[in-house]
Amino acid sequence: MLTDLLGIPPQVLFGQLLLGLINGAFYAVLSLGLAVIFGLLNIVNFSHGALYMLGAFATLALVQFFGIGYWGALVLAPLMVGALGIVIERLLLRRLVGVDHLYGLLLTFGLALVIEGTFVKLFGASGIPYAAPAALSGGVNLGFMFLPWYRAWVVLASVVVCLATWLLFERTKIGAYLRAGTENPKLLQAFGVNVPMLTTLAYGYGVALAAFAGVLAAPITQVNPLMGSNLIIVVFAVVVIGGMGSIIGAIVTGLAMGMIEGLTKVFWPEASATVIFLVMAIVLILRPAGLFGKTA
Amino acid sequence: MSAIIENHELGGQHVSERIEELRIQDLHAFYGESHALHGIDLTVCQGELVTLLGRNGAGRTTTLRAIVGLIGRRTGSIMVKGTEVINTAPHIIAHLGVGYCPEERGIFASLSVEENLMLPPRVAAGGMSVEELYDMFPNLAERRRSQGTRLSGGEQQMLAMARILRTGANILLLDEITEGLAPVIVDKLTEVLIALKARGYTVVLVEQNFRFAAPLADRHFVMDHGKIVATIRQDELAAKQHIFDKYLSV
Ligand SMILES: Nc1ncnc2c1ncn2[C@@H]1O[C@H](COP(=O)(O)OP(=O)(O)OP(=O)(O)O)[C@@H](O)[C@H]1O
Ligand SMILES: [Mg+2]
Repeated sequence: MLTDLLGIPPQVLFGQLLLGLINGAFYAVLSLGLAVIFGLLNIVNFSHGALYMLGAFATLALVQFFGIGYWGALVLAPLMVGALGIVIERLLLRRLVGVDHLYGLLLTFGLALVIEGTFVKLFGASGIPYAAPAALSGGVNLGFMFLPWYRAWVVLASVVVCLATWLLFERTKIGAYLRAGTENPKLLQAFGVNVPMLTTLAYGYGVALAAFAGVLAAPITQVNPLMGSNLIIVVFAVVVIGGMGSIIGAIVTGLAMGMIEGLTKVFWPEASATVIFLVMAIVLILRPAGLFGKTA
Repeated sequence: MSAIIENHELGGQHVSERIEELRIQDLHAFYGESHALHGIDLTVCQGELVTLLGRNGAGRTTTLRAIVGLIGRRTGSIMVKGTEVINTAPHIIAHLGVGYCPEERGIFASLSVEENLMLPPRVAAGGMSVEELYDMFPNLAERRRSQGTRLSGGEQQMLAMARILRTGANILLLDEITEGLAPVIVDKLTEVLIALKARGYTVVLVEQNFRFAAPLADRHFVMDHGKIVATIRQDELAAKQHIFDKYLSV
């Protein structure tokens, strides 16, 4: 076997691949949200990490104040944070239509700093634990590793949400509006489609995806105000590799980059933190529009 | 030919009156600092087919874009079926029954032919059915699963026409629909426009191809430098030939 040849026990290899897949699931959901937003708003949403964090905090708040547990939070937290996203789009981002994209970047980046700064002030920078739901406690011994049920669930839930989003885009009327709106929003609006509303909803949906990832993360990483700012840098690299605004690109690249990271941990652990950026650099040189991006 | 239109839709017996579908007064339009339309006045009645003629850059496309609300800065008055739309958002104007076929055709690459066809929402009752449209444009039926922009130029033009006929819009703004098309396809579009006139559509046609437009149109608006410099009825074509020579010859 290949693994024997390289002197690496299969447990280690498959174990890291699986861990990589779990990270990849987060990359996929987060970069998918960024892709949805980029399509209609033409901005890179630098608030994405902060909104992901808000999803996790909403999960905490729901159980603390309303006794609503994990399964309820899985639905309610994305709705709550998505609603906040709609307010942000209506109140702030809406005003940036027609000005340089740089302003959108600055605004969303500033927003992230404000949100994260406020939460650090309120809750400190240390993590708050959140228990995985009882139904998903324990795990299964796969032979090469012990797989906690909760982690298997994260991969499953992420893949389902990604596929559902892809189907929404490719197979529905709303999806046709979203694709057309990405290409030529003005013409779409001249045909009678309420593009400003479509844009608001797209932002809300992208934000809700970030919050959904935040709920999934709550039982894994401790919930803390800066949990998003570390993760989001990698996710931006994933978006660049996949191609700005490509739905399928975000999903495939997210999962693939997680696994490449896992593989690198096996063969060259020191490089695992940088391998995605290395891939990004190579992709930028060979295919500046990204693997799935349309070359203009 | 007179501009008096027999109106059957309002239910009156033998009502003969002009129903103004489109009335534009003192329309100015701007692209940033540049002033593209300098006070356009024109009226189009129900069932009429009019053309906007003029040299390149005369402001014909800008006029159509101003009507559908795609020019950011516009002043004056644009009444669509009696409703003032000078400050109205494009998606609301469309729902007054305006169908727009842009100069660049605007076929969406990320949509299939059929998705392109089905894209514009219905804005009024009485649009053509998909079957009727596929009868009218058989090429589109054959290629319904193809990517929109994989169609030939002529097919894309047919698609751009077909998709606004589905919506029930009865004011059609058509920008250079014959540009770059083979004569057979131009003949096809002539047939289509004759059929549309028979059905009572109101059409504003921007054209370079005068031979295509002349027999179809009730009136011609000649534009130059962002103004309408002449209005010519069909029965005056011969008498006013010198105007065409002055403003349209290159
Ligand atoms: N996007 C734009 N930005 C700035 N100026 C524009 C823009 N589009 C058109 N113009 C200017 O507005 C004027 C009118 O242009 P318009 O496109 O309406 O002309 P047209 O009659 O349709 O001619 P044609 O289509 O044959 O070029 C021209 O002087 C043109 O240079
Ligand atoms: Mg033009």
